[in-house]
Amino acid sequence: MDTIFSRGPSLNNRLALALALSVLLIFTDHKLDAFQSTRVYLNSIMSPLQYLANLPSVMLNFSAQRFTSHQSLVAENNRLTDQNLKMSERLQQFEVLQAENAQLRKLLDVPVEPKVHKMVAELMAVDNNPFSQQIVINKGAIDGVYLSQSILDDRGVVGQVMEVGSTNSRVMLISDVTHAIPVRAVRNNIRYIVSGNGALDELYLEHVPHSVDIQKGDMLISSGLGDVFPEGYPVARVESVLRDESRPFATVKARPLARLDRLKYLLLLWPDDAPRQPANKTTNKPLTPQE
Amino acid sequence: MLIKTRHYAVIVTILISLVLQIMPLPIQADLYRPDWVLIVLAYWTMALPHRVNVGVAFLTGLAMDILLGTALGIHSFALSAAVYVLAANYQRLRNYSVWQQAIIIGLLSSMYHLMLFWLQHLLTDIPFQFAYLWPVVSSMVLWPWMFWLLRKARRQLSIT
Repeated sequence: MDTIFSRGPSLNNRLALALALSVLLIFTDHKLDAFQSTRVYLNSIMSPLQYLANLPSVMLNFSAQRFTSHQSLVAENNRLTDQNLKMSERLQQFEVLQAENAQLRKLLDVPVEPKVHKMVAELMAVDNNPFSQQIVINKGAIDGVYLSQSILDDRGVVGQVMEVGSTNSRVMLISDVTHAIPVRAVRNNIRYIVSGNGALDELYLEHVPHSVDIQKGDMLISSGLGDVFPEGYPVARVESVLRDESRPFATVKARPLARLDRLKYLLLLWPDDAPRQPANKTTNKPLTPQE
Repeated sequence: MLIKTRHYAVIVTILISLVLQIMPLPIQADLYRPDWVLIVLAYWTMALPHRVNVGVAFLTGLAMDILLGTALGIHSFALSAAVYVLAANYQRLRNYSVWQQAIIIGLLSSMYHLMLFWLQHLLTDIPFQFAYLWPVVSSMVLWPWMFWLLRKARRQLSIT
C-alpha cells in the first residue's frame, strides 16, 4: 500500500543519503581503516553465502575424486612414491646441513633459527574483482589465523592475510597492486622491494639504480625486514633487467615462484613471535631418516 | 508456505544473485561474468519500485563489498546510483520492449562498471582495461532471459 505515511523520504533524498553514506564508508574504511575488527563479524555473517557459492566446485571435485580411474590412481601413487624417495634423500642431506649450520651458528653466537609452526589451508574462493588480487582460504580466527600472517605454497611466498573471519580469511596476493614485499637476492644479498602490478605472473622491483649488480635469473628471497614475512622464503626470480639511462631507475621485472594462478593447498606460517599461535599446536620436529 | 515464499521471494532472489556473483569460475569465463546482482535488482526496481529501490540497492552493495573484499561503500555507491536511474524512470522503462530494456541495462551496467573503476582508481592506482567492460555485453544478453524468469516467478507467487 502506497500511502503518504508509508512512503518515507523521496527518491532523491534516498539517493543523496545512500551516496553520502557510501562515501563516508569508503573514507572511514580505506583512509582511516576503522573497520578492522568489525570486518571479522561482517565476514562471518556473509560466510554462508561464500560456502554456498563454493558448493558446485566442491561437489565437482568430490565426484571427480570418486570417479578417478584405478589406473590414474596407480600412476599418481607411483609418481608420489618416486617424489617421496627423492625428497627423503634430499632431506637426509638437509638434516646434516641443518645440524652443521646450527653448530656453526652456535660457534658464532648467532641465535639458532626459530622453529616456525605451520598449518595447511585450502583455497576456498578466488575473487573476481579485476582490480585486486585476493583469495579466500578455509582457515580463520578459530584456527589461530592473525592479521598479516604469511602464506606460502609449495614453491614460494603467496601473500599475506588481510582480513580474518571466524572460519575463513582473505589473503592478499603478492601480485596485488597495493602489495610490496622486502626481498634480497640470494647471489649477492642486495636488498630490494618487490611490488605487484595486478598481473598474476609479473612483479616488478622498485627503485633499482642502474649501477646495481642484478641480472636475469637472480633468485629473490624474503629478507625478513618489515616484520611481516619470515626470512628466507623464495619469492621471485628476475625475468628481465632493462637499463634505460633516460629513466631514473632500471626497469626490473620478476616472476613469482608461487604459482598464483593455480593455488590449491596453502601453508600458513606462525613464527615464534607471532601475535597468536595455532589452535591445536603441533610441534613439527624434523623427521628422522627412519620415519 | 506460499505466503512465506511470497514474502521472502525478493530477498531470496537477491541472495541467489549474490551467490552467482561470487561463484568461482574458470579464469577464461570469469571475464564475461554478467552482473547478476544488478540485473536482479533492476528487475525488482522496475516491477516493485516502492518496495525495492535505493535502500535495498545500498544494502546489497554493502553485502557485495564484504563478499568481494573491496573497501566498504564502493559497490553500494555504484549500485545505489544505478538503481536510482531505474527507480526514477520506471514508468517509462516498463513500456519499452525487452530489447530496448536490454540496451538500457547495458548502458546502466557500463555506468556501474565505470563508477566502480573510478572509485577504485581514487583509492588505488589501477590502470583501465577494456576487458573490464565485457560484463556489459553479457548482462545485455542475459537480461531478456532473466526478465522472463523473474516475471514468471513474480506472477506465479503474485508478489506485489
